[in-house]
Amino acid sequence: MAVDLRTKLGHVELPNPILTASGCAGAGRELAQFFDVAKIGAIVTKSVMLGPRAGRPTPRMAETPSGMLNSIGLQGPGIDAFLRRDLPWLLSRGARAVVSIAGGSVDEFAELAARLSDAAGITAIEVNISCPNVEDRGQVFACDPQAAATVVEAVRARARYDLPVFVKLSPDVTDIVTIARACVAAGADGLSMINTLLGMAIDTETLRPVLAGVTGGLSGPAIRPVAVRCIWQVRKALPDVPIIGMGGVRTGRDALELILAGAAMVSIGTTIFHDPSACIRVLRELDEELARRGIERLTDVIGLAHEPRTAQGRRLSGNVR
Amino acid sequence: MTDRDREPGADPVQVQMRGTVLTVRRVDAYHAMTVVAPGIAARFRAGQFVGVAVGGPDTSMLLRRAFSIHDVRPDHGGTVEFVFAAVGPGTRWLAERRTRDVLDLAGPLGRPFPIPRDPVSCLLVGGGYGSAPLFPLADRLRSRGCQVDFLLGAASADRVFGAQTARRTARSAVVTTEDGSMGIRGLITDRLTQVIHEARTDVIYSCGPMGMLRQVTTLASRYDIPVLTLVEESMACGIGVCMTCVLPVVGEDGVTRMVRSCVDGPVFHGDLVRWDDIGTIPFDALGAPGWKPRRQQQAASSGPDDGAAAARPAGAATGPRAEEQGHGG
Repeated sequence: MAVDLRTKLGHVELPNPILTASGCAGAGRELAQFFDVAKIGAIVTKSVMLGPRAGRPTPRMAETPSGMLNSIGLQGPGIDAFLRRDLPWLLSRGARAVVSIAGGSVDEFAELAARLSDAAGITAIEVNISCPNVEDRGQVFACDPQAAATVVEAVRARARYDLPVFVKLSPDVTDIVTIARACVAAGADGLSMINTLLGMAIDTETLRPVLAGVTGGLSGPAIRPVAVRCIWQVRKALPDVPIIGMGGVRTGRDALELILAGAAMVSIGTTIFHDPSACIRVLRELDEELARRGIERLTDVIGLAHEPRTAQGRRLSGNVR
Repeated sequence: MTDRDREPGADPVQVQMRGTVLTVRRVDAYHAMTVVAPGIAARFRAGQFVGVAVGGPDTSMLLRRAFSIHDVRPDHGGTVEFVFAAVGPGTRWLAERRTRDVLDLAGPLGRPFPIPRDPVSCLLVGGGYGSAPLFPLADRLRSRGCQVDFLLGAASADRVFGAQTARRTARSAVVTTEDGSMGIRGLITDRLTQVIHEARTDVIYSCGPMGMLRQVTTLASRYDIPVLTLVEESMACGIGVCMTCVLPVVGEDGVTRMVRSCVDGPVFHGDLVRWDDIGTIPFDALGAPGWKPRRQQQAASSGPDDGAAAARPAGAATGPRAEEQGHGG
């Protein structure tokens, strides 16, 4: 491999930019039968909460054109079981662990950050303020810049100083840049975008909503243009803030599209359900896409689409042998 | 069931592979597809399923379709057969596949049917094409010296799958149809008690619609006959990461958990599944709204790592498995 795929997650260097998206990879264990979980940039775990959580009733899922709706509702074992069972397994495999946390209150987020800071071996924290499948539909923290900032401040205060804190943003807001700015001002080291879009499907046979929870989060290739737009807007406003991009990435080409918009890392989500080995395939494809364009370093193309065409040509020509 | 304790991901075996379609044939109201997939055929045990990607490489249908494996054969290095009803765009696409087309398969997935240690009398109850996974099970049971009886049923004759094979291979085979077009008019559950008595059934294996599984479990429990049910919950991934196929199941510790039918099942002890609560989150399920770990109630009396342990009722089994999220029956 000629292409240097190294990238930065805050101050932490990752060997490559391909991550799993929270909620689509468990804590890595189930995917290990499909690929070596240590080979990708990091495993982003399913959002962990303080206590165990049963989630929402079934049906929890509906297939939609090039996408799906889910209303899982953050089912999970809670932080104790996660730290005792899931995290040690992930670390024993040599994988880098980005732990996603979710809470119903600012205090819960803060306590989770503290608990994770006591555990050794975590690469970063991703603060999920934007799950659409909780009682408030993610409205409280994801849509209000002040509330989002309060959570980030609390997490940053309790998280170990050297642990990067990324905040996962919802696209279902009037102006994502306002939320992004508030999170960064409150101490976020980076931003993850996008979470699912709130959607709904109705079964025309039963004449009722498909999902027991009525609404759910839309994901998959159908939402990729929304992800590209959000990443573009935030990168333009905050060019120095690292972004984990996600939303409908299916191929190395798709990953490159998000990188060109400004993502320094790319998470693979719903595509894992279709192709459990997608992460390692996208990594290979991204490497090929970059090599084919004569690009030697991934960092050369992060946000490149923002630059005028002439500058792009000049900048790339320096790297082409 | 030796498979129970297998660490997911511990085996470096190939689970996802490309398989070449050998045949697609129409079987009454259903389709049976045979695919060359030696890796799946070699590891298959009755009750397991395959996850099939549909629609080709640029498909707009992202979710894999899960099908119970109906048959494996050694030809062409190893073939796998599954049965489906072409009712939606994904299954219609599958039905249109032809010999030499290539499919993306994952399997064998899920936990297989446990097999009795002793040569007992087994009744295999199948609704519609839910009978498909019962035939490799019947072979396995017979090879262990078990008696095998079949009770099959469906709405009409063309929806009863495998009646001929059942009649040919089993000690007895009773067929019911709702319209009386084959066998006895009525429902499977109308005949269950009689068949249990005549066959002196020791254990029941069942697959079919949830309502049928619930009733089979209820009826069998009157006679203290254990029921092993293979559930058909809709799945998005089939490999345990999406959390869509959950149902409430009581664990060995007496605690109800929302467990994944793909990796903790699809086979469950019928009496541990809370059939009436499927489609809900039972109020007493682990992590249900309002659920509190005992640690919080008892304040400072236990350490920070006792949360999950304290969630168990006093005196319950305390093996490491007992606290696993998503532990099934």
